[in-house]
Amino acid sequence: MNDTDISVGSRSEASVSGRVEPSMKKLEEGKPRKPKRSIGTILAPYLFSFPAFAIVFVFVVIAALNTFRLAFTDSTLLIPGKFVGFQNFVEVFHDEYFWTAMLNSTLYVVCVVPFMVILPLILANLVRGNSKIMGFFRTAFYTPVVMSAVVVGMIWTNLLDSKGLINSILETTRIIKHPIPFLTDRWLILFSAMFVTIWLGLGYYMVIYLTALANIDDALYEAASLDGAGPVRQFVSITMPGVRSTMVLIMMLSTIAAFRVFNEIYVLTNGTAGPGGEDITMSMLIQQQGTGIQARTGYASAISLIVLAVVGTMLIVQQIVQKRGED
Amino acid sequence: MGHKKITLGKVVQYVVLVFMFVLLVGPFVWELSLSFKGPGDNVYAVPPYVIPRTPTIENYKQVFRQVPVFHYMINTIIVAIIAIAGNVIFSTMAGYALGRLKWRGRNAMLALFMGTMVIPVEGVMISQFLIIRSIHLQNTLLAVALPGMVGAINILLMTNAFKAIPNELEEAAQVDGANVWQQFFHVCLPQVKGTMTVVGIFAFVGAWNDFLWPLIVISDEKNYTLTLGMNRLKGMFVSDPRLIAAGALVSLIPILIFFACFQKYFFQGLEQGGIKE
Repeated sequence: MNDTDISVGSRSEASVSGRVEPSMKKLEEGKPRKPKRSIGTILAPYLFSFPAFAIVFVFVVIAALNTFRLAFTDSTLLIPGKFVGFQNFVEVFHDEYFWTAMLNSTLYVVCVVPFMVILPLILANLVRGNSKIMGFFRTAFYTPVVMSAVVVGMIWTNLLDSKGLINSILETTRIIKHPIPFLTDRWLILFSAMFVTIWLGLGYYMVIYLTALANIDDALYEAASLDGAGPVRQFVSITMPGVRSTMVLIMMLSTIAAFRVFNEIYVLTNGTAGPGGEDITMSMLIQQQGTGIQARTGYASAISLIVLAVVGTMLIVQQIVQKRGED
Repeated sequence: MGHKKITLGKVVQYVVLVFMFVLLVGPFVWELSLSFKGPGDNVYAVPPYVIPRTPTIENYKQVFRQVPVFHYMINTIIVAIIAIAGNVIFSTMAGYALGRLKWRGRNAMLALFMGTMVIPVEGVMISQFLIIRSIHLQNTLLAVALPGMVGAINILLMTNAFKAIPNELEEAAQVDGANVWQQFFHVCLPQVKGTMTVVGIFAFVGAWNDFLWPLIVISDEKNYTLTLGMNRLKGMFVSDPRLIAAGALVSLIPILIFFACFQKYFFQGLEQGGIKE
């Protein structure tokens, strides 16, 4: 179990290392008897995969199909509703709130993704190595990943408060005279939430990069050193090409995650989506429209469908970019 | 590389590492200090100070008095147990069928599972809620766990783990006359225990930290999970950072202990699959 040979990011999230336990080699070679195909043998694969299939089928396939159907109805939580064609979409596209959500979610992607792709790579380079101290840093940087965004949001609410630690430090050092309204200004809320997202995700992507870095041949660095290439030069000519496919993977993962942002903004704004709801995101919009006793499930499904379409487009673009890079 | 000489590069490296360490760990130190500060402490002092002048555990007592923290923890543990059992058992079973057995429909099934992996939860959660509602499970802990009971990524992890088992092992068992079921339990399962652990651990963390889905499906406070409870606590104590700090630490301690115990599996899991959730 310890000799995992690592292959994250080589193609897709499905790529998983092959592990071979050394103890298996001692097994004698033998000609397998033709297995009797009893009824149990024939049914086995279906029985084995049925529970997983049933749950995925109901909660993903049926749910997705139902989202598609509902998007074209005026159904609410209590009334099944009738087919209304594209009316929901017409309404969505005329809804200022929707465009605010789209803007915020898109800004989230644009601002967060570059940090998620670059910072963890730099960190991963800095914490490489087998020494105890590096192991300590790796663990410390990874720890926030296991925490819930709600609790982390509580912590940062305290820190970013107008009288919180950050403002207090800035005032002590006389950098500012008046506290910065991190949690009450429409734009600063968004940027604070982005900061929390990056803070939470750094360690996760760092570990993914570490596995990719481990696959780069050390001889390349040694040869570069002999040729007099400095650390920056080595980073650009050896490290970057070596982790290219991982970078694309992380770009995709962090893009989708950023577009779906919910927890950080919900918690930092106490569920209000900021002053006048200006900090709403796509996921919050779905949650607001689609839940509660007055839920407009049809309308919320139309928005869901748009989110699915945007995420689908991102995945396709990513595939094309990756294909082009391989040629 | 072998010599220990101090270079400019090394200095820069450690400066950055220490800075990141302060940025990532500093907030916890501050919260810890806040949570023990008593009425004699000015929590808004400029300049700020860390060591409480009137240390007290009153904040923690207050949190436990106002919010049934243990009750919410038990709810969360129930959800987590269902999620762990579902993910470990069902994805192991499916992984065996997909990774080791030859049958009609196998590729279609694999394609289905991979396809569902790219569907974001937010896109289908309203429909999921309607399904939960139509089977009258809304507002139950089972409903919180149900849609996440089998993660497609876990099925793929298990499938690949089963695929990696060398054929000779099974062939040897067949020579001994073992049937499919015996091969599963006695030959294959012991080989994938590590991956099963990884799946279980990530299922636990996912269940422990989930917020949006419980928020949608649970309305009754007595069925709140810990994240919902903490969100409510944050709303209640919005004016007292000491209590928010105490609440945050109380809900962090179990997951941090869990992380400390299973650390190596977290890193191993990321190496294998590269994905959480």
